[in-house]
Amino acid sequence: MCGIAGLIHRGNTSNVGFELQGMLQALKHRGEDSTGYALYGKTDGQNFIMRFKVGENVAEGSSSVKEDVSVYDERKKIVDSYLSELGAKVIKEDRILPYSLRYEIQYDKDLMEFSQKIESVEGVEILSMGKSLEVIKDLGNAEVVCNRYNLDKVVGTHAIGHARMATESGVDIKSAHPFWGYPFSDVSVVHNGQLTNYWNNRRVLENKGMRFMSECDSELIAVYLAEKMRNGATLEEGMKESLVGLDGVFTYFVATKDSLGMAKDTMAAKPLVLYESDDLVAMGSEEIAIRSILPQEIETYDPFDGEVKVWQI
Amino acid sequence: MANLKTSEKKSKAQSMGLHTEVLTGKTQQKFFNPDEAENFYYFGTYDVDFNKRTEIDVKNMDCREANKKIDELMKDGYGTIVIKNPQGKHSLGVGILNKLNLIFEGSLGYFGCGSMDGPIVRINGRVGWSCAENMMAGKVVIEKNAGSCFGAAIRGGDLICKGSVGARTGIDQKGGTIIIGGDAGAFTGFMMQRGRIIILGDVGINLGDSMYDGTIFVGGKIGSFGSDAVEAELTDSDQDWLKRKLQVAEIGENFDVSKMTKVVAGKKLWNYDALEPTEKKGAI
Repeated sequence: MCGIAGLIHRGNTSNVGFELQGMLQALKHRGEDSTGYALYGKTDGQNFIMRFKVGENVAEGSSSVKEDVSVYDERKKIVDSYLSELGAKVIKEDRILPYSLRYEIQYDKDLMEFSQKIESVEGVEILSMGKSLEVIKDLGNAEVVCNRYNLDKVVGTHAIGHARMATESGVDIKSAHPFWGYPFSDVSVVHNGQLTNYWNNRRVLENKGMRFMSECDSELIAVYLAEKMRNGATLEEGMKESLVGLDGVFTYFVATKDSLGMAKDTMAAKPLVLYESDDLVAMGSEEIAIRSILPQEIETYDPFDGEVKVWQI
Repeated sequence: MANLKTSEKKSKAQSMGLHTEVLTGKTQQKFFNPDEAENFYYFGTYDVDFNKRTEIDVKNMDCREANKKIDELMKDGYGTIVIKNPQGKHSLGVGILNKLNLIFEGSLGYFGCGSMDGPIVRINGRVGWSCAENMMAGKVVIEKNAGSCFGAAIRGGDLICKGSVGARTGIDQKGGTIIIGGDAGAFTGFMMQRGRIIILGDVGINLGDSMYDGTIFVGGKIGSFGSDAVEAELTDSDQDWLKRKLQVAEIGENFDVSKMTKVVAGKKLWNYDALEPTEKKGAI
């Protein structure tokens, strides 16, 4: 069934890593196969932060094939050489886990070309590319992933996250949410629900040059919105079109560098509880997610069917 | 031949061990013994005093512990129980088959007060999905908003939300009354079979979709009618009932009920057709 959570501090920053961890952990009963965070951190906005993986987590419960760490090393070397070819300068690199890396990069050219080149390396996937966005996702519940990647100290303006119960696709990082809105910098999506016209939409979008990294239906939302925005639509316009273009039951969140949005399908079949104040918006699949950061009595509500909302930082 | 067949059946049943068991313990005979006081109440109910009041803080309890505590307090005769810090937890106050004043100082998660029969509940907060699902009797008042599937399949009682509710309110409703002070989402009264729904605000699309029976009253705008939901004449009797019901429910006291829209089942769907599919085919 999956659980989603998101929050945005308006006009302020906060410890969003810690807050989102609490919200997602409160939803762990909705799925513990994997957990993902899209954190919009406090940065100087000069360089890109690229989160990418060179392999999968093959821990217990994973549906991935085990590979030797030397394979990951080899892939990393190829990525480094491609970055050099693309004219990207690596300012800082962190290898958090054998398969998971974080690079701070100076780059000012086309992101689509960049991503295609990097992801042409077998087993390599860019999880996120942005000047404030960082997508971190892995197997396990929110607490496990948070501790594995030291996310509880991350300060930022907004964040979205996902606790996944794998249904349509494997238990692996590539199928975990959030999905990066390739090739747009700083766009991420999380989704709760099922999309029934996934393959129809995927074929159309692939013919238009958009890329899919998994067979998870939720990835379609990120690609669908990215394609709309590539053709000049605003985020909100793209989200409103998605209510018609995407078939199935869904509630999803999308975040950009300076905004956070939610959309609910016209059947209102998937839950969402929302808290909205002048300085904070917090939402989740269940109220207990919001209560983890706001234990005092507050006013919350369920958005109606077919509703789209977008908030700015 | 008929007798022989019956005899064969009986013999076969007996050979399988049926019809021969000796009932022990609480048999039906014993259950209906009028001398036993417990037979005047539902199984598991207690004689409580409404003036005997207590509070419990469920902040560090899970729903099982909290519900067990409520049960223990009723057993001790407490008739008014205040629950502090429910903090959106699921399944609180479920399965209470007792007279009781239950007050939640905060919000509930999913399935709050589900499958209950008798209590009077006040929730000074919001409720999640499926509040009071399967309620048989009693009264539940929610001071703020409610999630989807509000009052799903209720058989009786009054369910009142002073704020707005999500989608599919009163889905599969089989009796009782649901009253909404604000707006209601899509598919309100979906497949309802009996009972009444009153919405003082606006309602979303597909109102009363595939309803078998029952009545829906809407004070505001209607997004759209669902399949086989039709408008009916609002009678004087309806208006009188609405006024009295809203007064008792302490909601919408000055609401002009004469402007409400009454929605009922058109009874044109296939399920009202008594013909079997083969007969229907022949008739066509």
